[in-house]
Amino acid sequence: MVDVIVVENLTKIFNKNIVAVDHVSFTVREGEIFGFLGPNGAGKTTTINMLTTVLKPTSGTAYVMGYDIVKQADMVRRVIGVVPQEYTADEDLTGYENLILCGDLYGLPREISKKRALELLELMELTKFKDKKVETYSGGMRRRLELACGLINRPKILFLDEPTLGLDVQTRMAIWDYIKKLREEYFMTIFMTTHYMEEADNLCDRIAIIDHGKIIVTGTPSELKNSVGSDVIELTLREIEDVSERLLRIEYVKNVVRKENVYVIQVEDGEVAVPVIIEVLKNHGYGVVKLSLRKPSLDEVYLMYTGRSMRDIEESRESAIVQRIMMRRARR
Amino acid sequence: MSMEIYKPSLRTSLQGMWALTRRELKKWMNEPIVLFISVIQPLMWMLLFGKSMNITAVFSPRVLADLTIPDITIPGDYVSPPADGLLTIPGSVIAQYLREVLYELGGRAVESVFGVQDYFSYLAIGMISMITIFTSTFSGLSIVWDRRLGFLYKVLSTPVSRSAIIFSKVLNAALRSMFQSTIILMIAVVIGVKLNPSFNLLNLAGIYLAVFLFSVGLSSLFLAVALRSTRHETQMAVVNLVNMPLMFTSNAFFPVTLMPEWLKPLAQVNPVSYVTDALRQLTIYSTDLQILLIDFTYLTIFAVVLSTIGVLLSWKYLTK
Repeated sequence: MVDVIVVENLTKIFNKNIVAVDHVSFTVREGEIFGFLGPNGAGKTTTINMLTTVLKPTSGTAYVMGYDIVKQADMVRRVIGVVPQEYTADEDLTGYENLILCGDLYGLPREISKKRALELLELMELTKFKDKKVETYSGGMRRRLELACGLINRPKILFLDEPTLGLDVQTRMAIWDYIKKLREEYFMTIFMTTHYMEEADNLCDRIAIIDHGKIIVTGTPSELKNSVGSDVIELTLREIEDVSERLLRIEYVKNVVRKENVYVIQVEDGEVAVPVIIEVLKNHGYGVVKLSLRKPSLDEVYLMYTGRSMRDIEESRESAIVQRIMMRRARR
Repeated sequence: MSMEIYKPSLRTSLQGMWALTRRELKKWMNEPIVLFISVIQPLMWMLLFGKSMNITAVFSPRVLADLTIPDITIPGDYVSPPADGLLTIPGSVIAQYLREVLYELGGRAVESVFGVQDYFSYLAIGMISMITIFTSTFSGLSIVWDRRLGFLYKVLSTPVSRSAIIFSKVLNAALRSMFQSTIILMIAVVIGVKLNPSFNLLNLAGIYLAVFLFSVGLSSLFLAVALRSTRHETQMAVVNLVNMPLMFTSNAFFPVTLMPEWLKPLAQVNPVSYVTDALRQLTIYSTDLQILLIDFTYLTIFAVVLSTIGVLLSWKYLTK
């Protein structure tokens, strides 16, 4: 697979002493959804701003589709699409006018902009509202319009900065569907930042956990979760006899704790292990009454690597963002 | 999926610049109230101040109506002398004569200082400069808003050239100023400005050119100041601080010749003086081509130098 983003020791220092991004290196492969997971102030947005050429790095380099983000910034801008964290559409214009404006900024011939604008409005289910001013749009509609704007130049790589920030659960899931659909429809590489565990888990092929400007660990969601520890199967046996020995002989099983007829079994690859265990027990004449499989979540991954629980940090962040958006509207 | 990359070219940068300009013009046209309000102030100056400040009327016979002069009797030889050999000129005739002479002299004095006989015409044309100053100095504010509302971020992540971002705002200020100038000029003519008899389309084109050059220079300056700013309060304060002195250290309200010596040098470098003089040359004065050439040369240098500085700074400072 081709690496479409190559980042080498990327560093950003603000005001000579605030290190926002600290010697970050990673690669993103063609066609994957790569997620940057981390709390507020971890350096996610600063990284995305440097990769999208809006900020200049203090040191280090990065190549996007082979173009140097500093020396060939103009070429980078041509091949990427950017969906920023905040709503950037012009509220006084309609959704359609905003898309045409984006097309013009990319220098697209007008016929192409018009065709794509209508196509993207359809994809994002905004056709009905295309001639309404953006100030009348709901949060979810605005987010979809931002996505559409980021796609007008048919980017090879789409940068999504917190694509579902401040949205309710249903809208969030709908946005996930759009993102998945986009990848399939346009075969794009997607680089996204998020602080939602479920989002990273659900959408991303690979994740980098970033904290205090440094990448702590990179891997697929399941690799990361496996690195924390094993899945846990809890099963209740019909019989009272001890089957621990027999269970331990199964290759996936790492540890068994028995309490009467209830077994807590630590396994690798829980989904594969469950049918094997049931099969083995059945072949020896035992019956399983009840079974549950618990997966380690990214929360635990995060906790293990950073020593902090992300949820605690995020609650306050979420409300801060929502408040910021409200303030911004009030200012108008 | 096919991917076309549109190569950077003059066409694409002009397209980007025009798209951004059109966005601002569209927003402006959607709010006619803004235009209305911005025209009101120069209009009030013109109507209330310009009409009241009727300098020529100071010398009008009406003002000296109370003047009483005793009859004067002159002795001497006459072709047909009165019986007593004395000629008596009635005081009222002398007074009448003095009033007329004074009025005539006063008018000439006003004309030699203001270039026209009525102050109203003088001020009315100055108001075109005033509305252009307001529109141009406030243009910096829009880049602060774009930054705050996130729109600037989006634009910066697209391949549109950084200078196009600045130029679009400059162009927006210049086009608006030109439109507003037309309105001010039309109103001025309706309420009594006497255009010089040879006024034609070429003069009108000259007016647009002068307003354009002046607005380009001034708005470039204020955009350059606002490039990194995120606080519109600061920008507003700067604009308010600068606007009044900019107007009063120029010939927009009063001629430079009447100014105290210490103020004159300031007025002579103030570009407002040059745009205002060019406008008056083209409308109410009998056009002096040599002076007009000096005015336009100054305005062109002003526009070119400041817009170049604006562009250079935008390359350096728009991206942090």
